[in-house]
Amino acid sequence: MEPSRQFCTFYLDNLMFGVSLERVQEVIRYLELTEIPLAPRVVSGLMNLRGQIVTGIDLRRRLDLPEREEGKHPMNVVIRSTDGAVSLLVDDIGDVVEVTDESFERPPETLQGKVRDVIVGVHKLDKQLLHVLDTDRACETAEPAGADGAR
Amino acid sequence: MDDLIKEFLVESNENLDRLDSELVKLETDPSSHDLISSIFRTIHTIKGSCGFLGFSKLEKVAHVGESLLSRLRDGKLSLNLEITSGLLSMVDAIRIMLGKIQETDQDGEETYQELIEALNRLQTVGQEPAPKSDAKSPAKEATKARPEEKAAAPAAEPPSKPGTPAAPAATSEESQSAPRGQEESRARSAASETIRVDVHLLDRLMNLVGELVLTRNQIAQYSARQSDPNLASPAQQLNLLTSELQGEVMKTRMQPISNVFDKFPRVVRDVATARGKHVLVEMDGKETELDRSLLEAIKDPLTHIVRNSVDHGIETPEQRAAAGKRPEGHLKLRACHEGGQVLIEITDDGAGIDTARVKSKAIERGVITAQHAGRMSEQELLNLVFLPGFSTAEKVTNLSGRGVGMDVVKTNIERVNGTVDLQSFPGKGTAIKIKIPLTLAIIRAVIVQSRGLRFAIPQVNIQELVRVDGEQVQAQIQSVHGVPVYRMRGQLLPLVYLSQELKLSDGAAPQRGQNEARNIVVLQANDHLFGLVVDEINDSEEIVVKPLGKQLRALKIFAGATIMGDGKVALILDVVGLAQNAGILSEASDRALEEKSAEMLAKEEDGRGQKQTFLLFSGPDDGRMALPLSLVARLEEFSAKDVEKSGGEWVIQYRGKILPLIRLEVVLEERRTRRRHGNKAIEPSSLQVLVCHDENRTIGIIVEQILDIVEDRAEVKSPSTREGVQCAVVINDRVTELIDIPAIQRIAEANRTLSSEHAEVID
Repeated sequence: MEPSRQFCTFYLDNLMFGVSLERVQEVIRYLELTEIPLAPRVVSGLMNLRGQIVTGIDLRRRLDLPEREEGKHPMNVVIRSTDGAVSLLVDDIGDVVEVTDESFERPPETLQGKVRDVIVGVHKLDKQLLHVLDTDRACETAEPAGADGAR
Repeated sequence: MDDLIKEFLVESNENLDRLDSELVKLETDPSSHDLISSIFRTIHTIKGSCGFLGFSKLEKVAHVGESLLSRLRDGKLSLNLEITSGLLSMVDAIRIMLGKIQETDQDGEETYQELIEALNRLQTVGQEPAPKSDAKSPAKEATKARPEEKAAAPAAEPPSKPGTPAAPAATSEESQSAPRGQEESRARSAASETIRVDVHLLDRLMNLVGELVLTRNQIAQYSARQSDPNLASPAQQLNLLTSELQGEVMKTRMQPISNVFDKFPRVVRDVATARGKHVLVEMDGKETELDRSLLEAIKDPLTHIVRNSVDHGIETPEQRAAAGKRPEGHLKLRACHEGGQVLIEITDDGAGIDTARVKSKAIERGVITAQHAGRMSEQELLNLVFLPGFSTAEKVTNLSGRGVGMDVVKTNIERVNGTVDLQSFPGKGTAIKIKIPLTLAIIRAVIVQSRGLRFAIPQVNIQELVRVDGEQVQAQIQSVHGVPVYRMRGQLLPLVYLSQELKLSDGAAPQRGQNEARNIVVLQANDHLFGLVVDEINDSEEIVVKPLGKQLRALKIFAGATIMGDGKVALILDVVGLAQNAGILSEASDRALEEKSAEMLAKEEDGRGQKQTFLLFSGPDDGRMALPLSLVARLEEFSAKDVEKSGGEWVIQYRGKILPLIRLEVVLEERRTRRRHGNKAIEPSSLQVLVCHDENRTIGIIVEQILDIVEDRAEVKSPSTREGVQCAVVINDRVTELIDIPAIQRIAEANRTLSSEHAEVID
């Protein structure tokens, strides 16, 4: 479970997700991405964040969600990691949410597949469920790079 | 850790490094008072600081060393091998203790009693046996000198050390020995002009300058579009300042190679003494500077090479005398800048590498087969030492020869984009040439485009850029069983299409007709050339290399990424990775050897051999001769007047290199008719030359006339009758001699090393 009780939230396919606020470097609008041939599918490209080269991870693909509509630009949630910054591409940005342990629940057993590694659990908020992501896992490609090389 | 201790450690370690080289120097010049004094001061400073910081064990070791040194300084003792060794082991002991202090803040449990006793004994050698040799025993002068020296210690330390007591004593020291006092004050003023800076700060500065370079590029592009004079002039200024700043910041990270070189006299001395050899080290270009990260990277490989040279290369004095050489071996280290790279040469005048031994070792270890070995050129055999787990040391010593050797050297150097080249001259020595880039952070690259994406290719990998015009595409780009090749000056260059390698969709591609012009970047990856076809070749520019995130590290085809002038990201291609991906490398390097030997075997032993393609030509006396076409790189015609002579050998300048020419009538001398003379003038105005190359060497073979290219089974009819000929075969129903290139090279080599310049004429 994440030690922090503050989450930076965002939306993907109308679901609410959150990552530990401590790990978030910044939230910025869409930046142009440079395509990387042969890269794993979840890596959507590289961006120039004020001179820093940041790898963009398409969270929809990472979480096995349907593809984003054509022409709709994602937002960037830039995560600090030991290996430099990584950007999670999301649909929309939500608020910073503060929660307590009481609202937490582990994911149901019926949640299967590679997504289960990424989703730590949910917080039951008033109106909806906040999916808590394992930040490091979310930044991984889930499969060895190049394994699904050809798109 | 206490700041004071930290500073003491940094300072002492620096001093110890200097001690190593000074002691070795002192051995060659035992009378140098300056050297002894300097060594004495260093040890003294360490001792003084130890007492002050409470490292009593360390202090004791330094103390006996100091006593010994003071007797040397006063001429009471003269330096000998034993004393030097003793002092060096004292330096080692101090270094170990410093390491302990670094780890634990304590100088450890070990008291080095033996060492202390040994050093004490050394003090009394040649003197009347001193009672209970201790600090009090040495001559009175020495003891008298010590208290005052002790007091002077703080003065010898850089001023960065705050508040050391007993500073006033420095005056008494200065008044007593004026020259030394002056020396120290000089040292002090030099010290005040330098400061210690955290390496991370320098790295950070370098990163920032990298960003600045990119921003400068963006502004420059913008200002070029605007044609606004108000912007143009500051933009120009920014350009200049940035370049200058970049240069200066890079310099802060540059360190002279002497940081590494200076350790070698000690290394050489230790190895040489252990093996009973005598080796003189000569160093040249110690001031050559390179990036500190690179310096770090080459330290171990260089040390390894130096050890190897002394341990295996240079012979014992007896062996040398027997070979008619001077008893002491020479090891020469040379560094210089050459074409934006640093060139390091390590040469010894030892026995060279015994390729016969390499061969037998390689066969014994199963690296190659015996038949295969027989077909390898000298250089190919030499390069075997770079294979993992290969060592020719007959005896495993504790210094080298443990089988982890040259392959590690090669990998480490290649990791920093460097190259290693090994040459050996039997009986005369070995030369190793290492080339490494000046820095890794900023490189020159050519920007290319494929399907609208931009990629940077490091300039060092690029051989040339070729544009094939539309109408020539069909004539020059052909395919070998479906694999595209380009005819470049008569040679077939395998082509790799970047868009295909990267599996880029054809959607964004401009439709390419059969006769569309092609852009080919000729690249070199580990000695193998190939052509990369791209849509467009743009500019060459300086780029800042940035690593890729871990998500992408498995993509060996990219070396990193960079930010272009327009602020967008471009990927940097890794040429070796690309070649591997395209199958150029694995094919070439892994299979080449086997193929070669299989091919040789086929024609050598197997009468029912497969069909092969041969190049037929007429040799001396109109004999029919042949070579497998695969061994011939090119056919050239040279004008006879371009041929030059160099050391009794015919050479010609060819594609920026010197191509040795081999005259078959000279090397295949036995059946040569008497009328032919090796050194007579070249008769025909033009020469037909077969350019052949193996892995490292390119040679030209002069033939009378090129006859034909044929495919034949080449049935063996008779074994070789003379050296240089592999065997006689029947090709197209005529007896034809198959030329043995390695053998010819060997003969030519032997001819050249014969004493007289025209020794090849043995009539």
